[in-house]
Order: sequence, then C-alpha cells, then structure tokens
Amino acid sequence: MTKRFFSGPFLIFILCGTLIPLGVIAFYGITDRSGSFTFDNITAIATPEHREALFLALALAFISTVICLIIAFPLGLILKDSKLGKKGFMVFVFILPMWMNFLLRTMAWQVLLERNGIINQVLGFIGLPSLDIINTPAAVVLGMVYDYLPFMILPIYNALIKIDKHVIEAAYDLGASGIQVFRKVIVPLSVPGIVSGVTMVFVPSLTTFAVSNMLGGGKVNLIGNIIEQEFTASSNWNLGAGLSLVMMIFIVISMALIEKFDRNGEGNIL
Amino acid sequence: MKKILTLMLIAVMCLGLFVGCGGSKEDAKGTLYVYCFGDYFDPALQAEFEEKTGYKLVVDLFDTNEEMYPVIKNNSADYDVICASDYMIEKLMSEDLLAEINFDNIPNMENLTDNIKTFVEEFDPGMKHSIPHTWGTYGIMYNKTMVDGKIDSWDVLWDKKYKDKIVMPNSMREGYMIAAKKLGYSINTTDEAEIKAMTDLLIQQKPLVYSFANDSAREIMIGDSAAMAVITSGEIIYSKEYNENLEYVIPKEGTEVWTDCWAIPKTAKNVEAAEAWINFMMDGGVAKTNFEYLTYAIPNRQIEDLVDEPVLNPSAEVLRNCETLRNLGAEIDDMYSSYWKTYKAD
Repeated sequence: MTKRFFSGPFLIFILCGTLIPLGVIAFYGITDRSGSFTFDNITAIATPEHREALFLALALAFISTVICLIIAFPLGLILKDSKLGKKGFMVFVFILPMWMNFLLRTMAWQVLLERNGIINQVLGFIGLPSLDIINTPAAVVLGMVYDYLPFMILPIYNALIKIDKHVIEAAYDLGASGIQVFRKVIVPLSVPGIVSGVTMVFVPSLTTFAVSNMLGGGKVNLIGNIIEQEFTASSNWNLGAGLSLVMMIFIVISMALIEKFDRNGEGNIL
Repeated sequence: MKKILTLMLIAVMCLGLFVGCGGSKEDAKGTLYVYCFGDYFDPALQAEFEEKTGYKLVVDLFDTNEEMYPVIKNNSADYDVICASDYMIEKLMSEDLLAEINFDNIPNMENLTDNIKTFVEEFDPGMKHSIPHTWGTYGIMYNKTMVDGKIDSWDVLWDKKYKDKIVMPNSMREGYMIAAKKLGYSINTTDEAEIKAMTDLLIQQKPLVYSFANDSAREIMIGDSAAMAVITSGEIIYSKEYNENLEYVIPKEGTEVWTDCWAIPKTAKNVEAAEAWINFMMDGGVAKTNFEYLTYAIPNRQIEDLVDEPVLNPSAEVLRNCETLRNLGAEIDDMYSSYWKTYKAD
C-alpha cells in the first residue's frame, strides 16, 4: 500500500512527461494537417534532403562520440589513480563548464571561432595561419565534443573507481602483463560506464539543432535542424512529428547495438 | 481526437493562469494581458502605462510568430492584445481570430504616418484589425572598408569577389525574397516554375555564403568577420555604434517591407484596456522612448524628424518597388519549404 502510494507521483510524471507527449507526437506523425491518417510524414525520411541530413547527423554524432570516448577513457584512468581524482577535485573541474548554460557555451565558441574572432586574432598576432573551421562540420563536432564530454567522463570515471584494486592485483599476481590487465580486466569492468557515456553523448549529438545552427552557420543541415524548422518556420507539425518518430527508431536501434556490449546490464538506458 | 488533445492542453495551461491571476483583485480597472515579441518596447513604459491608465499590466513574451500562433489559435490563454508580423496578422484574420478595432477609442491613431499605410492595406485591407508598432525593410549591411564600388543592388550577393564574405538570412521567406526581387518576381509568387528558378539562383550563390544567420548577423558584421549581410534596417543604428564602417542600403530592385502590428484577438476579455494600450503606444512621447530603446523605425508623426535616417524612413521613391510578405496558405508554404530544403541540402 505505502509502496503504491509513494510511486503515485512518479506514475503521474511518467504519464504526463513521457507517455502523453509521445502519444501526441505519434498522433501528429501519422496524420496530415486536416487530421486524416497518412504515412507520408514517416516515409518523407526517404527524400534525398531528409536522408542526407539524417546520415550527416549520424556521422557527426558518431565522430563526436568516438572523440569523447578517446578523451574520456584515458582521463578516467588518470583521475582514478591520481590523488586529486580521489578527492573528486579534478572531476569537479571537468564538469564545471556544465554549470553554465549550454547555449551560452556554444555561443562562446561561435565568438571564439568566427573568422575575425578571438582565436584567429591571437593566431594572427603570433604569426600563425588562421583557423577556418567556423560554419563547417568540424566546428559542429568541436561544439558537440565540448558540450557533451562531461557526460562521457562522469560515468566512465565512476565505473573505473568502482573496480576493486584487488582484482587488478590478482591479475598481476597470476602473471598478466600491463596490457593484458588493461584489455582483460579494466576495459571489461568499465563497459557499463562506457555504455552509458556513449548513450549520453550519442543521443543528444544526433538530435541537436542548436549546436549545428550556431557553429555550422546554417550550412550544416542536420536532421534536428529540419525537424526544428518544420515545427517553427514551416508550421508543419505533422511532418516534424513524423520525422521525430523516425529519429526515435534510429535511437532505439543505436541503443540496442550499444547494449550488446553491456553484458552486466548495468548503467543501461533501455 | 484533436479536440481532446486541445482540451487537455487548455486544462494544463488554465492551471497556470489561475496561479497567475492571483493577487490582481484589488485593481478596480482590471488587468491587461499583452502577448508580445521579447524586448519590443522599453520596459520602463510598463509603470508609466499602469500609472496613466490604472490597468495592471501583465506581459508574456514569445520569440517568433510561429510560437505565438498556436497559443492564439487554440485560445489556450486569454490575451487582450498581441503583437504580430504582417503575414501572421493576415493568417489570424483569415481564420477569424482577430477582432475589428474601434478606432474611436484610439485618438492617437492620427499619429500614424502615411507611408506605412499602403503596406498595411496589403495584408489588412481597410486597416481594421491591426495597428503598426514598428516597421522596416530588409537590405544589405556592408562594411565599407571591405567592399569596392557602389553597393546598390542584390546582384552584389552573386559577385564571386565576395566568396565567403556574405551573410544570408537563415529564414526561408527572406531568402526567397532576395531571389524574387533580383529576378523581378513578386515576393509572394505562388508559381512553382518561379519558385524553382529562384531556388536555382540561390543554389548558384550558396558557395559564396559565409554563414546563414538572423540575430547573430549583426555581431558577425560588427566583428569584421564578413563584408556584407542581409539584415533588417532596424539593426543599423545599433551596429554603427560599435563599428563605424558599417552602412546599410536598400537595393534598387526593391525589397520586403515588414510591419509588426498590435492586434486584438476575438477572445480578448478586456478590450477597453487593449485599446488603451494601443493608444498609449501610439503616443508621441512613448514612441520616442521606444525608438530610442529599440532603434527600430516607429511610424509615428510626432517623431518623424527624429527618425531622419533615410534607411529607417525611406522615401516614397525607394518604397515603390517594395512589397509585404503575404500569408500564402499551408499548401504553398509546404511547396516553398520543400524547395528550400533542397537548397539547404545542396
């Protein structure tokens, strides 16, 4: 009885915050403006401009996730063994930028990277060639990595510090080399952290429109931008909702693929 | 089904309204609910209005017309007066959502300048439903140290010399407006062949574009990162303050004149207060305050000599080739937007 009582608010939250909005999106997605049933909004993903935007979004999200992983994993290992890491101070420093609004941080990159922005002025001052990545996919990837890196660091760091030191010592005692310990002990035990890190970077990167709008200068057209345009400027909620449904399917597929690596079933999202 | 959804949304929003309506009981004259673009009048005027008229003022803000539209359409909140752009006024009118304004209660109406009237007549024949708040044109803002020759035509945006130095608007209708004026079409064309020709013309120009930007365009120009940007006339005073090399020109082929208007929704509860608000906004002194705050042109006779910049108050000669964006209906909008997407994907 009490259990049920306490779960009440959460059930209401799930209903109002998840199920009803999903239902509304699904409803808009499979109807046209007049409210009659159609699959056109779903199949619209196959048109060249939508397909290209989806593939570009998948590619950029994949690259960003890989870069985040490459940065975060060694960092996690360093933090795990350092004294600073134990006190959580360095982790704190790495997640500090998250305390600022994400749009502000992205806007800051825009100002920094602009052709005549601060970075290029400094480069010009010391006689180096200018950095022309603003309004290109490279700038968008940079923005994604910067914005979402903390979401990769935290779960990986948490998984790494949970590894029992004695397990590693035992591996060495049984004759494993440093590389073997890393490959056979540390990596497998940190998989749950990697999986949730990858999920938390990949999904927002895939659906973003703010980062690509600001750092891509409107020239990097991701599926998120198209959906945003349909809901705002084009006032075609039905097409926007239809494309969002397709996006959700892609996210579910990606999650299922990532999930395969997570045998422990910890830290998963699905 | 749609009705049930709407009802549910309304229920949720009503909860918010009840909370919001709390402590306003002591006001004898009641409360005025204004729904307006963010930062579109000097906030200092709120107290002045309340003092002068005795109404309590509640202002809610939105960023785009498209954000405001469903709120008014579904009547999910009771607003007494709204601010909207030309084409959106037309759309709301076509769906019978706007009330006719009783001009007897707006004596300051005589302050409205004549040059704007022909443009308002385009989307609101007879000027019965809307009263202009601000207006302006789209044109080319350029950095005179980064261009050579006279800038006076949209053609310059197709000049290969300026590759990677041009900022284009990141909005569909404004993008097509440029191509339409260059080709001599109406900016409200519904002819698919013309839309296709405009798309091809824009695709030719795309390699020259540095970025697509709306609000951030002026920052890019102020920071010397581009040579020219298509931008609205209201931004020039602000931008020039920070970068004196910037100039603004209305291309000779003509351009889009936009008007943001006050209007009263049919569902308004406090029409008297709404009229008082519009009348207050049309007052000469208030117009001056707003102009100095916004630097957008305000069509008010009392401040005509203040707005003497030719780009802010263009001559009849310049305005002759200009048009206002019209609401073209969902089907034509969809056609435009599918061509725009092929342009953006190219």
